[in-house]
Order: sequence, then structure tokens, then C-alpha cells
Amino acid sequence: MEQLAHSIDPFISLLGIFVLAVFVGYYVVWNVTPALHTPLMSVTNAISSVIVVGALLAVGAGAIASGSTLAMIFGFIALVLASINIFGGFMVTSRMLAMYKKKEK
Amino acid sequence: MSANLAALLYLVAGALFIMALRGLSSPASSRQGNMFGMVGMTIAVLTTLALAKPVGVLPWLLIVGGLGIGAVIGGITAKRIPMTAMPQLVAAFHSLVGLAAVFVAAAAYYAPDAFGIATDGVIHAQSRIEMALGAAIGAITFTGSVIAFLKLDGRMSGSPILLPGRHVINIALGLALLAAIVMFFQTPAEIWFWAIVVISFILGFLLIVPIGGADMPVVVSMLNSYSGWAAAGIGFTLANTALIITGALVGSSGAILSYIMCKGMNRSFFSVILGGFGGESAGPAAKGESKPVKQGSADDAAFMMKNAETVIIVPGYGMAVAQAQHALREMADHLKKSGVTVKYAIHPVAGRMPGHMNVLLAEANVPYDEVFELEDINSEFAQADIAFVIGANDVTNPAAKEDPASPIYGMPVLEVWKAKTVMFIKRGMSSGYAGIDNGLFWRDNTLMLFGDAKKMTEEINKAMG
Repeated sequence: MEQLAHSIDPFISLLGIFVLAVFVGYYVVWNVTPALHTPLMSVTNAISSVIVVGALLAVGAGAIASGSTLAMIFGFIALVLASINIFGGFMVTSRMLAMYKKKEK
Repeated sequence: MSANLAALLYLVAGALFIMALRGLSSPASSRQGNMFGMVGMTIAVLTTLALAKPVGVLPWLLIVGGLGIGAVIGGITAKRIPMTAMPQLVAAFHSLVGLAAVFVAAAAYYAPDAFGIATDGVIHAQSRIEMALGAAIGAITFTGSVIAFLKLDGRMSGSPILLPGRHVINIALGLALLAAIVMFFQTPAEIWFWAIVVISFILGFLLIVPIGGADMPVVVSMLNSYSGWAAAGIGFTLANTALIITGALVGSSGAILSYIMCKGMNRSFFSVILGGFGGESAGPAAKGESKPVKQGSADDAAFMMKNAETVIIVPGYGMAVAQAQHALREMADHLKKSGVTVKYAIHPVAGRMPGHMNVLLAEANVPYDEVFELEDINSEFAQADIAFVIGANDVTNPAAKEDPASPIYGMPVLEVWKAKTVMFIKRGMSSGYAGIDNGLFWRDNTLMLFGDAKKMTEEINKAMG
């Protein structure tokens, strides 16, 4: 039995995280006020650019480990695309959020 | 940095992203939420750089250069973009996430060792599936978002483009995509990888082309969801928890928004996806009744509103097109000075993306506690003196409640007709997106104000001044 416990595929734990995150996302997003649905879209856009970690791996270590120039080029393109999204997404979100004001009393 | 520490830090980044979305539950906490998001992103990037230290000058140059280029382009775009162009900007951003997913998958395919997904240069079977899914969804997101961008930006006709036999073509392409993924799973040859990408590009294009302009809120939300699932697919390839958590969050966020938008239009998700709704050809054509309508001038409108107790403003896409939000807020200021209570009523699908109207009103300094959602304000029209409809049409059509034969029957609508007087600012008598007449235009308590939304509002302001 003990050996079985040790031999769980790491994929299964990742899948577990994924499924739980879907549930968390479901409940968190239903709580977002409809007034902020546009900033919600722009911020989800920004955070999904965390795909940049894949691009960094490809540009950084990738090229050295396997010597694939192609991978490095692809990684660089992905890095630029994701960076536009990260900076653009967070900045435009904060620009929008700064506009939401309460009534002056 | 040890792999374990890195994994923990990625988890922290993922948790911060959850906090970023959590913050959006109210405008007051939203700015802090956005900060959490930025901190999470910084942690993810730094952790990756520390975990797999780039060796040599070139990789560092590329990384700093890539981030720099992104910062400049992204920063300038974010600063300059007008708020009315937010839907197309979001569509453009989606396309970038999709394309980045494709390129990361490609990089992983050509340098699998760097990603730890290969033994002796052969990519693990499981990784092949994850990679294929990430690339396919990413590619569909990319071309789909590009089309959505072109339509929203007016560079391509917003009316649906219907290819003959498009359902057959789409099904055939879907099957071909499935076949390519199976082939790639069996033998990870270059040809299959690129076949997946190319087929998905075409599929994304064909899926969005038949969808009309006013269905764009659903499309944009759906592409938002896709970009999330693409990121999650890549996250599995890289065994990266930050990416997996984010992908799941974004995926479910987009799915929920699509659901809310579909409900706002009383249409099933599938009927939107199948496309072809709206435009000139769809629906029973507007009859263009020849009954006279009551037409008013800016002076009439100004006089009536100033003497009202309560005015509810209903903005729609027309307000965004005319950029009338600032003039509108000025009008509200005049009214408030005269002691009139002013509220705003927002339909869930007003505009071209979820929350579009709210952002525009916020831009014009309208306090968010004066802006109400449909279910919160619908009961108040009966007590209101004036419903002031600016650039909206279908979302106020009583046919949705009263006429079971109407194509929009069952759609939730703002019950403006219950107010004592309804004013419509419209350019002309044309029907709305659904292509049907709005019976309200001919009612006795309706006053039509013909003209450009912005100019008419400005004239009303002058008359009030």
C-alpha cells in the first residue's frame, strides 16, 4: 500500500488543483459586481498572460539545454506577446478602476 | 532555487490571482485586487528566472528586450485607448494570449528537455496531449479574437457572414483536428503539430465570422474563457500551478460571463455560436409602420425633465458610438441641481461587452451608486416620471414581454414604458439589432428626439442652462 501512495502520478495532483481552481473561480466570479465586468475581462486577460513563464523557460534555459534556436525564437515571440498583455492588461484595468467613484457627499 | 520552493511560490502567485478577482466584488476593493494581481505576476516571473537561470548574454538580452518591448507597446496602448474602444482592445488582448499559447507550445515541442517533458528527446505521451490541446485552443482563440477585433473595430462588417454549408465545413474541420491530435499523440511528428495549429486557426476564423455585432458580448466572453483553457493546457505541459490555477479561473470567469450574456438576450449559447442572428436578413423584417410618432425638440425634453421628480436614464450602444456619456452626465448635473432624482438603468447586454456601459459612465464621472442593474431598478420605472433612453432600443421593447410571436420574446427588458413619459434619442426610425419594430415609438406617452445622441444631449443641456 505504501508504495502505491508514493506512485501517484504528479498529473493527478495537478488535475486536483485545476478542478478546485475551477470551483474557486466559479464562486469568486459570481461575486463580481456586474458594474465591474469589463475590468474583470481585462484583468483576467492580464493574469492569463502568466503563460509568460513558458516563454521565459524557452528563451532562457531552453536554448541552452537542447540548442534549439527555433524554440528560442518562438519563446521570444511568445514573451513579447505575453508582456504586451501583462503591462497593457494591468495598466488599462487600473485606469478603469480609478474611474469608479462614489457620490460626493 | 529548489523546485519545491519554486512550486510554492507559483502557488502563492496563483492565490494572489484569486485575490485579484475577489477584489472585483466591489469597486472599493477592486484597486487593491489589481495590485494583488500585479504582485502575483511579478512573483511568477521572478520565480521562473531564478529557477531556470538564463545562461549567457543573449538569453538575458532577449528576456529584457522582450519584456521591454511588451511594456512599451502595452503601456502606450493602455494609456491612449479611449474607453469606448475597450471591447476591441480586450478582443485584441485575447488574441495575444492565444497566440502566445501557440508559440509556447511550439517552443516546448522543439526544446522538450528545457521543459522537462521528454525522456531521451521523446516527448511524453501525456505531455503531447496537453501540448496539443493548449496549442489548438490557443490557435482558435487567436483567429477568433482577431475576427472579433475587426468586427468590433468596424474594420469588418458587423453583420454575420454566412458561408454556404458552414456547419458541414466546421464539423469536418473539427473531426480533422481530432484526427491530427490523435496522430500527434501516436507519433509526435512535426507535421501533426503544425496540422493541429493550422486547422485550429481556420476553425477559429470560421467560428466567429458568422456571428453578428450585437452578439459580440457573448463572443468576447467566450474567447476570454478559451484563452483561459489554453493557458491551463500549457500549465499542465509545464506542470506549473500558477498557470493551471489562472487558466481555471479565467476559463470559468469567461464561461460565467457568456452565460450571463446569453441570459440577458434570452438565447441559448448554441444558437449564438451557430451564428447568423441579427443583421438585415434575420427576423421578421420591421414593418415600418406609417402611424405618426410624437416628435419633440431639445427644448421640450429639457422642460419636461426639469419639472420631473425622477428621471431614469437608459444608455445603450448608441451612446458609446456617439461618445455621449460626458454630455449625458452634464445633463444629469443640471437635473440634480433642479432637485430631480437621477438614476441610470443598465441592461446586461447593453453595449458590446459585459459592463461596457458602466465603464463609460464611470469615465464620465457618474458615481457608481447611481447606476443600477436591470433587476434592481425595473420595479422603479412605474414611479418614474421620465425614462430617458439614449442609444438603446431592443432592450426596452415591450414585445419581449407581450408578444409571444416576437423573436425577442422572453428576453429580460427594461420596463421603460411604465414611466409616465418615455423619451428616445434616435437618429431615425430604424429598428434595432434584432431587426424588429419597437412598438413604444408609437405610443402616446413616448417622445421621440431625433438626432445624434451627443448633439441632442448637448442641445438639451443648453436649453437647461
